[in-house]
Amino acid sequence: MTNFFNELFGNSNKKTESPSERRTSDQPTQPQESHESTNADIKKDDDPAMYEVGMGSSVGLQRDHNEDALFATTSKLVTESTNHPFGLYIVADGMGGHVHGEKASEVAIRAMANHVLTKLLPPFLGTPAGDLEVPEQDIMNDGILSAHQAIIEHASGGGSTLTGVLLRGEQMTIAHIGDSRAYEMQPSGEMKLLTTDHSLVKRLEDLGQITSDEAASHPQRNVLYRALGQLESINAEVISSPVPKSGNLVICSDGLWGLVSDEEIAAMVLSADSAQQASKNLVEAANAAGGPDNISVIVIRMPD
Amino acid sequence: MMSLDNNISTGLNLQKGTRLADRYLIQDAISNSSLSTIYRARDLHFPNIIKLVAVKELINPATDSQVQEMNIGKFERQANLLATLTHPAIPRVLDYFTQGKHSYLVFEFVHGETLESILGKSEGYLPEDVVIQWAIGLCEVLQYLHTHQPEPIIFQNLKPANVMLNQHGQLILIDFGIATSFQNEVAGDMEGQQGYLPPEHIQGEVNASVDIYSLGATMHHLLSGGDPRATSQLPVDQRSISRINPDISPELEEIVDKALQYSPSDRYQSAEEMKSALLEFIGRSDSRQLTPQYDAVFPIAENAIQPIWTYVCDDEIRGTATCDRGIVYFGSYDKHLYAFNIESGKLLWKYFADGGIVSKPAIVEDSVFFGSEDHRLHVISARSGSLQWTYYTDGPVRSSPFAAHGHLFIGSDDAAVHAINIRGGRGIWKTETDGEIRSSPYVTEDSVLVGNEAGELYCLDFRGGIKWRFKAKRAITSSPTVTDNLVLFASLDARIYALDLKTGVQVWTFGMDKGSISTLYVADGLAFTGAIDGNIYCISLSSAKEVWRFSTGHQVTGSPIIHNDGLYCGSVDGYLYCLDHQTGQLHWKFKTDKPITATPAVFGDIILIGSTDKRFYALPVKALH
Repeated sequence: MTNFFNELFGNSNKKTESPSERRTSDQPTQPQESHESTNADIKKDDDPAMYEVGMGSSVGLQRDHNEDALFATTSKLVTESTNHPFGLYIVADGMGGHVHGEKASEVAIRAMANHVLTKLLPPFLGTPAGDLEVPEQDIMNDGILSAHQAIIEHASGGGSTLTGVLLRGEQMTIAHIGDSRAYEMQPSGEMKLLTTDHSLVKRLEDLGQITSDEAASHPQRNVLYRALGQLESINAEVISSPVPKSGNLVICSDGLWGLVSDEEIAAMVLSADSAQQASKNLVEAANAAGGPDNISVIVIRMPD
Repeated sequence: MMSLDNNISTGLNLQKGTRLADRYLIQDAISNSSLSTIYRARDLHFPNIIKLVAVKELINPATDSQVQEMNIGKFERQANLLATLTHPAIPRVLDYFTQGKHSYLVFEFVHGETLESILGKSEGYLPEDVVIQWAIGLCEVLQYLHTHQPEPIIFQNLKPANVMLNQHGQLILIDFGIATSFQNEVAGDMEGQQGYLPPEHIQGEVNASVDIYSLGATMHHLLSGGDPRATSQLPVDQRSISRINPDISPELEEIVDKALQYSPSDRYQSAEEMKSALLEFIGRSDSRQLTPQYDAVFPIAENAIQPIWTYVCDDEIRGTATCDRGIVYFGSYDKHLYAFNIESGKLLWKYFADGGIVSKPAIVEDSVFFGSEDHRLHVISARSGSLQWTYYTDGPVRSSPFAAHGHLFIGSDDAAVHAINIRGGRGIWKTETDGEIRSSPYVTEDSVLVGNEAGELYCLDFRGGIKWRFKAKRAITSSPTVTDNLVLFASLDARIYALDLKTGVQVWTFGMDKGSISTLYVADGLAFTGAIDGNIYCISLSSAKEVWRFSTGHQVTGSPIIHNDGLYCGSVDGYLYCLDHQTGQLHWKFKTDKPITATPAVFGDIILIGSTDKRFYALPVKALH
């Protein structure tokens, strides 16, 4: 251990030590040994493995058009000194019927992606200028607001859910409104729901008026109390947490999670050979369960 | 495809986690009666300054829709009336609304304890001077209500359970009489209030004299310990306090008796008159020096904390102590580093440096490491206090050393971060920055993090090379801390920053009223810190939202620590505070004679802290209620 650190602690920086002239003679001091040299490199703490991303979407078996929209981008800059992953993944589930619903989710996802990428990509590729940056939570919240504004301006009458996950460095920031979901999945298959459903049944369940079993089959399962484009002011949920190491993220609309249980989702993601295969299997499972609604899912696999 | 419904009716009892009106997040029910429930809730309306509020839920019992409407109209008129009241002892009304059969009134949340609860916890009788002080405060607020224009307001609800002492020891009237808006006018029905109300109230008399009687009954209860509602006893006005509590002054008993006279014309004719009688009794002409003295109104808490031992140094103690294997080490501006046995308070040794010591000592094996104003890092034997070696920098060392991976990392006013071999004291590298370093380094498995007075935060590798650098708008004296790859620190620019450890990008920031030099403490997904605005803040790490704030009397420059659910933090107002770390409620506070700038240390069940009153204190961890 000591050798390892001695190597790491080689004196490589430009400024040389100036031995102090202020030493007193009555107390022992150790002279500073300057100019110690080392050839030790900065530890390469991770290899440039990418997030592996899969996406699936289906109109379902009972609808004639798809009101869901998805967005995914993954990038990584690897240089001598940086190895920084960057990813943005969004699921939007439109509402308002026919043209309105499709348009709402589309303009919302475009506005959100546009806002976040415009704010984050230039500093990601340019010199890191930390002090000029806006915190990620603010960027994601502003992205939700611009999606909301976009629906009001360009898809009036429609509404949409929106669940966006930004991955950068070791942190992820989630901005969420409505009843689409983001899950974090441990390598063991343990699922953790990261978002809150802003839906009537969830609220009734929280109030103790119905049980979770009743919630699953409640006729008003689709009624939202918070969504984009619908209210004058919106209040998005914006939270951050560490990126799960070696695990998976699953972002999906209620067309998936309403029909396939958390345990089934976990089992399918774990057993699939790739994130893309997992997404495909999940969509098929929702259709096999009747496919009453549009189905959308993004699966993101973290490198080991 | 979905539809949207904004008008969701609310259940009878709101459960924890319910969002009311899409704005108030219910945390807990505080009190409950058949007609109303009071909840503690968080106001989600503003993204960064979420405050706790009290939400009172009233149930409209009417079945007829016209009566319901009438009740709601009455509720709204009363809510509007309450909203016009401005008095420090009356909680502000923030909002009101009706959802179906339920009407809600949102008040500012009062952190504190009711007089009923204080009475329940006190042994023996409450001291006369404390009860008088409270009674004078109550006279003042009653006088304000009774002289309200255009119409007097009668509280009708005065009893120990409805009077709170807030965290500053100020009296607050709670559970404002709005409960009556959904009740019929027969006042005798008032739940839980019998015994505190005068005989004529049963006949429907409602005037200022009712509140005077209730104040008398409240004082009677506080001084005698006998609950006026107890049916086995005589009515409160026929019970003599002195027979129960022989120590009561006859003059004070006379004042209480006069307030409790059967006939309203025999009582004090105004709250003002009663206040004058109380002031005359204690020999003061006005109450101004009385009310803000909150030291005196927490008699139970304040006397309950007695130091296990103290030690007086020759100069101020500004720095934080370190505990290790039963011994506490701390520095003082009298240029000494002290070592004491924590249990016995016995001085084991003291070591003299050439300058004041504010640096928190680090202990590794048998060595104690600390910086001094004399520009040096000193390393001395933990057993004997004898010098092992020193290391020179080019400026005073106010930063504290961080020992990791066989090395010590420390900052100095020479603006450099120094990495020193822990065994021989050999300097391995130093990295110069653009400002003095008073922040203490934090070392992870591959990075060294430290702030400086130029507002920079550096992330260095183990060769002293810069991995990334972040610039805040003002100095970073706060020491960084790392949790889940998130770097947390405060700046004098009034923000708390959360940066990604790997990239240095901002994940979130949190705005405070003023800057901070305090170091964040992390527990249970929450971050805690003090600030120059005098507040101790609790923030959610995931949402960056304020969970609670506690206001001390002056700047908070030290940092909080948490031990057994208790949060301990000193303030420049001289107090060490112990708060509930989940809610920010005050458990106790302990007074020192000068500002506290250090962070407390804990060993076993002993809290250790120094003050600029030159004293070092060992205090017991009090069992939390």
